[in-house]
Amino acid sequence: MTSKVSGIAASDGIAHAKAYLLVEPDLTIEKNEISDTDAEMKRLTEATDKAKEQLTKIRAIAAESLGEEEAQVFDAHIMVLSDPDLMDQTKAVIDSENVNAEYAFKQVTNTFITMFEGMEDNAYMQERAADIRDVRKRVIANLLNVTLPSPATIEEEVIIIAEDLTPSDTAQLNKKYVKAFVTNVGGRTSHSAIMARSLEIPAIVGTKDITERVSENDQLIVDGLEGDVYINPSEEEISSFNKKAEDYDKLKLEWDQLLNEPSVTKDGKHVELAANIGTPKDLVGVKDNGGEGIGLYRTEFLYMDSAELPTEEDQYEAYKKVLEGMEGKPVVVRTMDIGGDKELPYLELPKEMNPFLGYRAIRVSLDQDSIFRTQLRALLRASVHGTLRIMFPMIATLQEFREAKAILEEEKTLLIKKGVEVSDSIEVGIMIEIPAAAVLADQFAKEVDFFSIGTNDLIQYTMAADRMNEQVSYLYQPYNPSILRLVKMVIDAAHNEGKWAGMCGEMAGDQIAVPLLIGLGLDEFSMSATSILKTRSLLKKLDSDEMKELSHKAVTECTTVDEVIELVNQYVKD
Amino acid sequence: MEKREYTIIADTGIHARPATLLVQQASKFNSDITLDYKGKSVNLKSIMGVMSLGVGKGAEVSITADGADEKEAIAGIEETIKNEGMAE
Repeated sequence: MTSKVSGIAASDGIAHAKAYLLVEPDLTIEKNEISDTDAEMKRLTEATDKAKEQLTKIRAIAAESLGEEEAQVFDAHIMVLSDPDLMDQTKAVIDSENVNAEYAFKQVTNTFITMFEGMEDNAYMQERAADIRDVRKRVIANLLNVTLPSPATIEEEVIIIAEDLTPSDTAQLNKKYVKAFVTNVGGRTSHSAIMARSLEIPAIVGTKDITERVSENDQLIVDGLEGDVYINPSEEEISSFNKKAEDYDKLKLEWDQLLNEPSVTKDGKHVELAANIGTPKDLVGVKDNGGEGIGLYRTEFLYMDSAELPTEEDQYEAYKKVLEGMEGKPVVVRTMDIGGDKELPYLELPKEMNPFLGYRAIRVSLDQDSIFRTQLRALLRASVHGTLRIMFPMIATLQEFREAKAILEEEKTLLIKKGVEVSDSIEVGIMIEIPAAAVLADQFAKEVDFFSIGTNDLIQYTMAADRMNEQVSYLYQPYNPSILRLVKMVIDAAHNEGKWAGMCGEMAGDQIAVPLLIGLGLDEFSMSATSILKTRSLLKKLDSDEMKELSHKAVTECTTVDEVIELVNQYVKD
Repeated sequence: MEKREYTIIADTGIHARPATLLVQQASKFNSDITLDYKGKSVNLKSIMGVMSLGVGKGAEVSITADGADEKEAIAGIEETIKNEGMAE
């Protein structure tokens, strides 16, 4: 009989395929006394040789499907396996203690893991310790004759079932065959959700126990529109979902028609629909979805994907690529937003009790200004290749903005003195994500060129609810009247000074939020590229005067988020 | 036996990519090759050994090769060290 599991709908679409459990098998080992130590060493050699073979194969598949860069993690693993010290020490333990290979290998790898974890430069060494753990898992699995899931070698259509998906998990997935994700934990802004939207496959997160409910090879239907998973569906259910999937595909085709259309409301009011990107590679998606600009270029990937600080030249190349790729359309680049949940292995940031309230983003940039200056120089040099807008993240006070802007001006003057060409029409703005800045937006608006509201953080700070903590995830309420009032303050403040206001959080592409934001007068909406066409299609149904009435009621009359949703549904009908 | 001494000038020390490249280079030779730092000696063909030393910027290290191809080994390793800007 079919059973149904529900979770948070994190990415649209419908998929039907068999389950692939990305869950670790039991690798518990025992300590056994061994008399034939030679045979035990032979077992060890066979298990490691087999692991090397497996990894070489995985590496080749990963290089082909994911690219050379993602495949390099396996080189590190193969290198650990080929380490003469590791093997010699394990053999010495087998020989001197007469113990089984599993136990000896675990003991020796433990020594290395403990040593690396205890060393300075902790983040980097943690990663190496993680490499050893990964390799050990594989060797022990081979010794125990159990199979490890190896997502890189999937060669048929599957739906991935996991506790959670980390960036390194998704890096190993052969995306050609992955039809959907379903996870136990997470929310709309977790890595697996964002990944699914960029892959344009359905995803359901936060199901709590999907890994317990589904067995390997179960047939699944994932309804990413409703957030439901059907386990071993009946023939009737399958055909009804095939129908639903067809309808959805038709809708998507309709959206595709809007690729080169302007983003206008029913009554002809134009807004800008832009995309959020992390690397120059994402430009393809922006073009395929008709993005009218980049509303948020998250530069931290330049810092996170590297073993050391990215050079001015590396950064210049990346910024130039994006600016040129957009062919004169505006590109809002957010300066380094490191800290919080984003750590850097080579930059020692202290461990904090409340990293989201701590040393991050502009606070780091102003404190360690040499890193900041390098980034600004790269940006200024790249500015001649397109329409650059620079945005400072996590601004709480006007002092911070003035200080950051002064550093920018200093670097600009120095470059010009050296004869370097710099654009003279770079807009400089701030991200509004701290309630303090939203409340004082009227003062900020006199000095900045634009605002971009970062809703993920603005909501978390306004509600005092950690967005990583599932127990308080009910407080992630983008349409709560309190949030809408803050958004209104920011937009009004910008308009009073003749400036523009955009939004670059999840909320900007949210189909309930968009009508409200149109009503509040938001100028620019920046979202996952895959939400652009859907939003353009929605805009065509909205009348800006009606939306003004709607948002006015939402801000002045509604008391709860549910009332707001009900109101939107009254105003916006399919 | 061949021996060379270096002062590490790279900001990251012998770490990450440089460490990997050194081990890869050393593994091409048959000689026994060791890296000595602060009185500790490790096998330069062992990535875990090399990383366990935690060689940082400004460290004084020496590399010794012993075996039939010791000269080639030292020359090859020196090339990697210079190409990667680990030392001068």
